[in-house]
Amino acid sequence: MTMEAYRYEDGTISYPGHPRSRDGAEPVETIDLSEYTGEVITWTTSTATPPGVREPNTLAIVEFDVDGETVRALGGTTIDDVEIGQTVTPVHVEELREPGVGIKPADGPQEWDGYRFEPV
Amino acid sequence: MSDSVAVLGGSMTKFGQRDAWICELLAEAGSACLADTGVSPDAVDHLYVSNMASGEFEGQTGVMNALAHDLGLVPAYSQRVDQTSASGGAGIYAAWQSIKSGASDMTLLVGGEKMTHRSTAESTDVIASITHPAEYKHGVTLPSFAGLTARLYLEQFDAPRESLAEVAVKNHENGVRNENAQFRTEITVEEALDSPIVADPLRLYDFCPVTDGSAALLFCPVAVAEEYADDYVVLSGVGGATDTHVVHERDDPTTMNAVVDSSDRAFEMAGLEPDDIDVAELHDMFTILEFLQMEAVGFAEQGRAWEQAMDGRTRLDGDLPINPSGGLKSKGHPLGASGVAQGYEIYEQLVGEAGDRQVSADAGLACNVGGFGNCVTTAIMEARQ
Repeated sequence: MTMEAYRYEDGTISYPGHPRSRDGAEPVETIDLSEYTGEVITWTTSTATPPGVREPNTLAIVEFDVDGETVRALGGTTIDDVEIGQTVTPVHVEELREPGVGIKPADGPQEWDGYRFEPV
Repeated sequence: MSDSVAVLGGSMTKFGQRDAWICELLAEAGSACLADTGVSPDAVDHLYVSNMASGEFEGQTGVMNALAHDLGLVPAYSQRVDQTSASGGAGIYAAWQSIKSGASDMTLLVGGEKMTHRSTAESTDVIASITHPAEYKHGVTLPSFAGLTARLYLEQFDAPRESLAEVAVKNHENGVRNENAQFRTEITVEEALDSPIVADPLRLYDFCPVTDGSAALLFCPVAVAEEYADDYVVLSGVGGATDTHVVHERDDPTTMNAVVDSSDRAFEMAGLEPDDIDVAELHDMFTILEFLQMEAVGFAEQGRAWEQAMDGRTRLDGDLPINPSGGLKSKGHPLGASGVAQGYEIYEQLVGEAGDRQVSADAGLACNVGGFGNCVTTAIMEARQ
């Protein structure tokens, strides 16, 4: 399991990956962000969560530096007491929310595992 | 190409918890709009229905055909317009295109949504389904995007938390004057700050409610409008734009790029600037969005809109009244109806029919936002000269 970001021909990186970069360049390689640490840009704790989602649900936007190019990712956190500027690392979670409880079918294209951020 | 596009009239239903289902809500607003303008159903060439999710909410699809039949508009061309929460604004854009291109001489736009029969959690999940799968799997909601952005805004621009509460207080105050608003009760800053946390640092009164309702506008060339009425308005500018689907991929989370782009296009078409606008309806689904849109439209410098909320400039008696209708915050937010209802409020202000919330205005702006700024339309209307 990897936290797969795309690097494009124009040098930019995005997470998640897209068929083209913001400026239309094609992807040239993948980068596993789970091997990096990142910095919390902002965070919130949501208390009104959809069906199948933990409550409360603390989420953060984290910025990674990959060889001088920045890339951001959104994810849940493993703790509720988060701070802007905190250094975190992705940790794999088998089930981020309960499959099939919300509007999307459990056996559809939606992936249910992924990474949450844990303070270093 | 035909001449300028006029808004001949409009209507809206009572917003709130309604017994009526989507087709009944749409027919209620559409029928009232035709009656208000005196336009016969057989004069309508095009019908646009702004609606985000009637299939997901109540299992009813094909609402544009249903409404054409219910209002006696058959065989008019009909089309459903879905641009998530910006469906209403996108409907205004489609209606403008239909008239301006010469394809239609009379276009009826009706926006509506039926939501309150679902629980708040279910409605939240339907709306959250617009997010990228990489966001959705984390349980992200539109309110949580607001919490993430509000924390960054308050920290980055040293804005007091009370400034967001002032937005809620103002819009609730305006809603008291709007007989169609869902909430018609005033609140205080203290009540807003003491309400339950929904997406920290935002609390209950920072969010719009779940709402049923519908609104309608009727468009035609100015030359045709002259035959029907003395009190129409001119749709002088309209613009639309998109931003990234994935919210965290934006360079600056506190800048609403699609609002910048769509309003720039609308201002250019109208030949106006932000200072020329006398009244505005902004998409205050969350209080923080009123600040972000004020800054993106050009009503305030980046990071300074909160000062205008604190000094009262955006109140009904201020230099630039914002959300005189009560906004989504107080009037309610039936997704597909909201952009149309914004346009209806600007229409009423410009023809002098806004009653207790009337302001002095020759030009007004409506900005309708889908997702968390994912897709946006801006419309500028001017009073008939």
